[in-house]
Amino acid sequence: MKNTLFLACSLAIAATAFGSDSTKVKTHSTAEVTRDAAAITLPTGFRSVVVATDLGRARHLTVAANGDIFVKLEKLKDGKGIIRLHDANGDGKADATSGFGNYVGTGICIKNGYLYASSNSDVYRYKIDEKTGTVDIGSEQKIVTGLVDNNQHNSKSLALDNDGNIYVNIGAPSNCCQVNDRVKGSPGQDPCPILEKAGGIWQFKADKLNQSYAEGVRYATGLRNVVGLDWNNEVNELYVMQHGRDMLFQFYPELFTQKEGAENPAEELFRIKKGADCGWPYCYYDNGKQEKLLNPEYGGDRKKVDRCADKTKSIVQFPGHLAPNGLLFYTGNQFPAKYRNGAFIAFHGSWNRAPEPQAGFFVVFVPFKDGMPSGKWEVFADGFSGFTSGASTGQAKYRPCGLAQAPDGSLVISDDNNGTIWKVSYSK
Amino acid sequence: MKKVIPATIIFIIATSFALQQPGGAKAAIARGKTVYENVCLACHQPDGSGVPNMNPPLIKTKWVLGDKKALTKIVLKGLQGGEIDINGDKFHNPMPPQESTLTDQEIADVLTYVRNSFGNKASMVTAAEVKALRAKLK
Repeated sequence: MKNTLFLACSLAIAATAFGSDSTKVKTHSTAEVTRDAAAITLPTGFRSVVVATDLGRARHLTVAANGDIFVKLEKLKDGKGIIRLHDANGDGKADATSGFGNYVGTGICIKNGYLYASSNSDVYRYKIDEKTGTVDIGSEQKIVTGLVDNNQHNSKSLALDNDGNIYVNIGAPSNCCQVNDRVKGSPGQDPCPILEKAGGIWQFKADKLNQSYAEGVRYATGLRNVVGLDWNNEVNELYVMQHGRDMLFQFYPELFTQKEGAENPAEELFRIKKGADCGWPYCYYDNGKQEKLLNPEYGGDRKKVDRCADKTKSIVQFPGHLAPNGLLFYTGNQFPAKYRNGAFIAFHGSWNRAPEPQAGFFVVFVPFKDGMPSGKWEVFADGFSGFTSGASTGQAKYRPCGLAQAPDGSLVISDDNNGTIWKVSYSK
Repeated sequence: MKKVIPATIIFIIATSFALQQPGGAKAAIARGKTVYENVCLACHQPDGSGVPNMNPPLIKTKWVLGDKKALTKIVLKGLQGGEIDINGDKFHNPMPPQESTLTDQEIADVLTYVRNSFGNKASMVTAAEVKALRAKLK
């Protein structure tokens, strides 16, 4: 009887909350959520609540002013590609789940009364009332269309500045722009024709319909694949995390040992100014030499710098093949002072370290001062994979992907393996 | 009498393996393991589990256990990425063609290894089968 009453209450709340804007996907009680006791590890003073589970491929996410969380899915759940999570009683767990948008994708962002979301080739926007979290689905507009989607690296992540522009990552459908992609011995194309329509960040107007390459600006180039990017409001600039190239050991065993191939190249954080060229496919960052060097496909030998001398340099370098999928500059007041204006990065974990152990599957923190790193990176949240070492990525329990900041200063993390969402809070 | 029949079957199987593959099934699997480690492991992983959304798993899928010709063609000619669908999940990375890097025997061995590892159990692929398909696809 209690259960029935509770269910009825939940349904009533859900019906009220979603009366105007959404197709109901599933309403569930908090009891269902807690069955997944996901133990992620956090620094002292922090705790996590599992907001939702089983959303499937939950990529990026964003939080409205009322606390509702919107998650972009890479695989439709009950026919929906955007999931709204509503916490009615303030315990952090979603009490009502609903969805809209019939396309898969990664990017999602709220800015100035609009919710922006991407498929793997287009960008849409919807009017949102942030006070209630209500989305006007009928207001859907396609603002960007026809971007390169050739399977590999097709996520279109989003960030918005404060001048009415939206930034879209267009990943290169290639490893290193070889004539034959990922074929050992195939030379690099020079110049790389992929860079005309991919391998960079494009800037579009946030309010103009049906823009494509002709209307957009190639804001930065030479970026193989960016999934995590964020606009830093403190210094008003774009920051992006690049996924470095694969197969250095497999293609060039005379230059890289198996272990060096696992640690190289660096996964890099770039601070981007308009016109930046970060070097892909000609250059890579060598973690051993601590320098940007010429890629072997373009005549590199782990010594030659050549044309890479003029390329934009990264501001933080990480070990290879960790797959940075989420970037967030923390602007809240809830966390201790050292976190303010610093960067959280969600590392998804990848594959090209094998047969060396896979790594990543954690969220790291990089302290910042005046828009530049002010200390070493440290692991913030860990324990997502469920294994300590030696296992394959396919066995990872959770894989961190998206990051968002809630209005109360909590950090929200998504996992795109099963679709688990955590809310991380701090109290003294 | 009952014992004779299984023994006969084993003898026939063993003979046919010996005729098809130098050294029989065990040797083919051992050779195939080396090929796998050198060529396939980076993407498909040491346990054949692949990488979600990127490189397909080789564990108990119809692609691995089903039609040998279709499987051999993938190894010879490669894939663009996106063609493999396993329970609604797609895999985005391209598969590099191996026709100019691996011999008929190496392809036969590695496919025999994959079809009999990671919990898989399926018939062998022979060098003759790879050779015939290679000629047909030219």
